[in-house]
Amino acid sequence: MSEPITTQARTRGRVKDPFLLLAVPSLLLLGVLFALPILFLLLKSFRGTDGGVSIAGYIAFFSDPYMLTALRRTIVIALETTLLTLVLGYPTAFALARARGLVQTCILIAMILPLSVGVIVKAFAWSIVFRSDGVINKTLLGLGIIDAPLRLLFTETALVIGAANIFLPFMVLPVYAVIRQINPNLGAAAATLGAGPFFRFFRVTLPLTLPGVVAGAAFVFSMAVSMYVIPNLIVGERSQMLSMLIARSFLYLRDEQMGSTMSAVLLVIAAMIVVLSSLILKRLSGRQA
Amino acid sequence: MTLTDRIAILLSWLIALLACIYLLTPLIITVIVSFTSSTVYTLPPPDWSLRWYQSMARKPDLLSALWLSVNLALISTVIALVVGTLASLAIVRGRFPGREALATFSVSPLMMPGLVVGVALLQFFREFGLTDAYWSLLLAHIVITLPYVVRTLVAALEKFDFSLIDAAQTLGLPYPKAVLKVLVPGLAPAFLTSGMFAFLASMDNYPISIFLTDAWNKTLPIKMLQYLEETPDPTIAAISTGLIALALVALIVGSRTVGLNRMIH
Repeated sequence: MSEPITTQARTRGRVKDPFLLLAVPSLLLLGVLFALPILFLLLKSFRGTDGGVSIAGYIAFFSDPYMLTALRRTIVIALETTLLTLVLGYPTAFALARARGLVQTCILIAMILPLSVGVIVKAFAWSIVFRSDGVINKTLLGLGIIDAPLRLLFTETALVIGAANIFLPFMVLPVYAVIRQINPNLGAAAATLGAGPFFRFFRVTLPLTLPGVVAGAAFVFSMAVSMYVIPNLIVGERSQMLSMLIARSFLYLRDEQMGSTMSAVLLVIAAMIVVLSSLILKRLSGRQA
Repeated sequence: MTLTDRIAILLSWLIALLACIYLLTPLIITVIVSFTSSTVYTLPPPDWSLRWYQSMARKPDLLSALWLSVNLALISTVIALVVGTLASLAIVRGRFPGREALATFSVSPLMMPGLVVGVALLQFFREFGLTDAYWSLLLAHIVITLPYVVRTLVAALEKFDFSLIDAAQTLGLPYPKAVLKVLVPGLAPAFLTSGMFAFLASMDNYPISIFLTDAWNKTLPIKMLQYLEETPDPTIAAISTGLIALALVALIVGSRTVGLNRMIH
């Protein structure tokens, strides 16, 4: 640690670690603009009509079949989206790690360029693809595979395809980051020791890449469970997700009680993913250390 | 290499190719649609035209939304870079308890549903009488951008060799100058990439901003979605193509100066 900062801290008195001071602006900002408002929202979800503490909002939420359907749909769609990004993203990350030169640059640009294009534009482009007069239907009709246009837009399959497209880089990049740190000789070493390809994958490669998979999956799931713009443009009002119901209750219905309760439910799901994934990551890093 | 290995490698290349095509599909469609002569979104376009690029100039409300978004993104990114760098130094160099909790807390706005953060800020600002949309948006956008800076800078600082600063001091540089000459250039790529991601995240944010706008302060994504709902003509595609071109230029510059691989860690 460097001299000048330590002396400065001494003059200021009781602070034990001068570096703690550097965190103060960010703690203040996030405390006031993030933690406090969310605490407010949580408290509000427990406020009854008479101003006292009440769980009426939660009872109303969990006894409403419509809400439960929306909750289940939200979780299922987020799971399907995560699974699709994993199936496509995991092998892609390996290809990216093996690629060199121009091929690597091309794959990296395919990963990063879409991140710079707004979600609205991408979701809208997918809605064009899935229209009844869209590219897919025109191609299938032209090839004579179908006689009448398929109903693709407004389906949950279309939503998952569109959402996974937008979140795919967030799965590939963390897995790729982990693969780059694996010693390439490990696989060869295992092979020398007589491990077959399947054994090598499940006992060497997969455990080593698991931290990247967990990080990627947690990020994709938490974004997918709370996405708003994408379902809005691809499925519209037909299959409501929790986020859309929240927006509706605040922006149109002015039902802030129900909105706060739904927000709290969504928040708990997101917080559970954060806690769960960091626990898994900690266990994984503990095992390797 | 066994046959199974070869098949696995071939399969991973095939899926990677598929993934790249899949990733670029919405971008390619947007570019194609922007050059259509038709007033509706049909593919392939009946004829080519630049009319939607010309129509862009006649949409002052879209341009003012673009300006507001750039303004918010620039200011919030700069603030996030300053505050976030300090916090990252505290997380990496500090020895106080709770550093890990601080790190998790600093990036947690990224993992929380944007819509919920937006709703919470709306109620909070209302409670404290902050009704000005511009200031509400700016404060919210600092919360949006800060996690990106902390996430990238913590990773970069963990790899940085701090003894270099001591070395510079031993060689006679005063401490502030040593930091300026050694630490700042060493972190330049991290500043650049985290700043870029923070800027883009702010530019693209819809779910938080939607709760904080008023009739005069609408950011670009909000204006665009509203525009798509009201008059869905390919002007939006033209604007997006312009943004894609800008991003491509930034990426090429980035790959020449920092290297694409370093940009993403």
